[in-house]
Amino acid sequence: MKAAPFEYHAPETLEEAVTLLAEFGDEAKVLAGGQSLVPMLALRLARVEQLIDLNRIPSLRYVSAVDGFTRVGAMTTQATVAASRELRQRAPLLAEATRHIGHFQIRNRGTIGGSLSHADPAAEYPAVAVALDAEIDLSSVRGTRTVPATQFFTGSFTTAAEPDEVLTEVRFGPSAPGWAVVELARRHGDFAIAGVACTVRLDAADRIGNLRLGLFGVASTPVRAFSAEQAARGLAAGDVDPVAVGHAALSEVSCVSDVHADADYRRRVAAHLAGQAVTQAVAQAVREARAIREARRG
Amino acid sequence: MGEHRVEVTVNGRSVSAMVEPRLTLADFLRDRLRLTGTHLGCEHGVCGACTVLVDGAAIRSCLAFAVQMQGCAVTTVEGLTPSNGAASDGAASDGAASDGAASDGAASDGAGLSELQAAFRAEHGLQCGFCTPGFIVSATALLANHPDPTVDQIREGLSGNLCRCTGYQGIVRAVQAAARARHAGHGAGAGHGAGAGREADGE
Repeated sequence: MKAAPFEYHAPETLEEAVTLLAEFGDEAKVLAGGQSLVPMLALRLARVEQLIDLNRIPSLRYVSAVDGFTRVGAMTTQATVAASRELRQRAPLLAEATRHIGHFQIRNRGTIGGSLSHADPAAEYPAVAVALDAEIDLSSVRGTRTVPATQFFTGSFTTAAEPDEVLTEVRFGPSAPGWAVVELARRHGDFAIAGVACTVRLDAADRIGNLRLGLFGVASTPVRAFSAEQAARGLAAGDVDPVAVGHAALSEVSCVSDVHADADYRRRVAAHLAGQAVTQAVAQAVREARAIREARRG
Repeated sequence: MGEHRVEVTVNGRSVSAMVEPRLTLADFLRDRLRLTGTHLGCEHGVCGACTVLVDGAAIRSCLAFAVQMQGCAVTTVEGLTPSNGAASDGAASDGAASDGAASDGAASDGAGLSELQAAFRAEHGLQCGFCTPGFIVSATALLANHPDPTVDQIREGLSGNLCRCTGYQGIVRAVQAAARARHAGHGAGAGHGAGAGREADGE
C-alpha cells in the first residue's frame, strides 16, 4: 500500500460532512474525485489523518439554471460537465475547457469542485472560473459564504477556503457570445505550459464591449488580465491587435520557471496564446452578432 | 486505523471483504482477488495500465480506494475475456461465464480471446503486453461510446494509456479492426458496443 494510513469517512449529507470537518479541522482532508489527491497520497507528498469522501453525497451533483445563473454542484464530474447540453449552451467556455483536462478516464472521476479546490495553477477550471467571474460557495457548520473566483485563488495550490469549509457550488453568469480556450501542452492531456480562457461581448457598433481574459500555467495562481481587458475596450472588432493584447496581458505577470519551461519562454507562449484566444473569440462574437442581425432582418 | 467492509460486484460476482481505507482498488483486485490482469505501471494515474470499468465507466484503479467501491460493479480485463481465456483465472471466470453481456460482448475467436483481443494480436497491437489490459479496457469503453470511431477519436480515447514498446499504430489499427468486425459480424455495432460498456450495470 502506497498511502500512509488514515481514517475514512463517507458522509451521505453535506451536514454530516461539515460536522466531520468541524470536528477534525486541520487533520482532515476532503476527497472529491481523487485524481490529484490520491496520487499525492500515493507519493506521500500529502498525508492525511482523516479522509472525508464526498462521493456518497448525491446532493452535491447537479447542473441547474436559476435567474440567468448556471449552478454546478461541486461533485459534478468533468465527464458530466462535458456532456451537459445545458452547460454547452449556458457556459460553453467551461464545457470546451473540459476537453483539455487529462483523459476521459480521469474526467469520469474528476470533479469541478475538486479541480477548483485543488487550485493547481496550470489547471483549466480555475482560470475559466476567474475569466467568467464565477461565484464559489463554501460551506461549514458556521454557514455558507460566497467568494468571487477572482478572490478564491490565493496561491499555488492554496485557496480562500478555511480548513473547516467545503466547496459546494460554483455559479456562472450568462455566457458571452464570443469565447475561446487555447493552451500549449507537450502532449494531449498534460498540464498546460500556458493557457488562456477568454470571452468577448461586442457593443451595438461591433466594438469590444466586454473582454475577459484568464491565464493559467503562467504564475502561482490563475491570472485575470485586467489591463489587457481595459486596453481593448472600445476598439472596433477588426482593430484588435493580437500582439498588443498578448503584450498587455502579460505586462503585470511575473511568470514562473520550472522543468517544463523557463519564465521567458512561458511569457512568450502565453502572450501568443492570449492574442490567439482573443482573435478567435472576437471572430466568433462578430459571427454571432451578424447572425442575430440577419435573423432580425429575415 | 479501522478496516471497512466493502461489498462490490467484480466481473459479475459478488465480493464482500474487509479493507483498510488506504488500499487502492488496483491492489484490492490484484492482491486480494488475485485478478492480476489489471496491471500497475506508474501507480499515480499517468500510464493507464490499471484501467478498469466501474459501473461501465473507465477509470484508473490506482486512483480510487477499494472502500469507495461499495455497491459498485467493477469489470476488469478478465471480465472482458471469454471464460476459456488464459487471462480469466479462478475468481473471475465463473462470474464472466454466467454473465451474458460479457460473454457475448467478448465473442471469441475460439482461442480464448475476445474480438478486440484477437484484433490486438492480429494487428500487432502489443509486444511485451504490459500495457495491453489497460488498452483493452479503455478501448472497450471507447467502442461503447463510439461504435464507429474515427482515427482521431481512437487516438484521443487511447491517449490516456501509455505503451512503451509497440508504438501506437498497431493499437489504433486493432481498434479499427475490432470496430469493423463488430459491424460486419453483428450488423448492429452500436447495440453491441453499448452492451459491453454497460455490462457492469446489469448486476
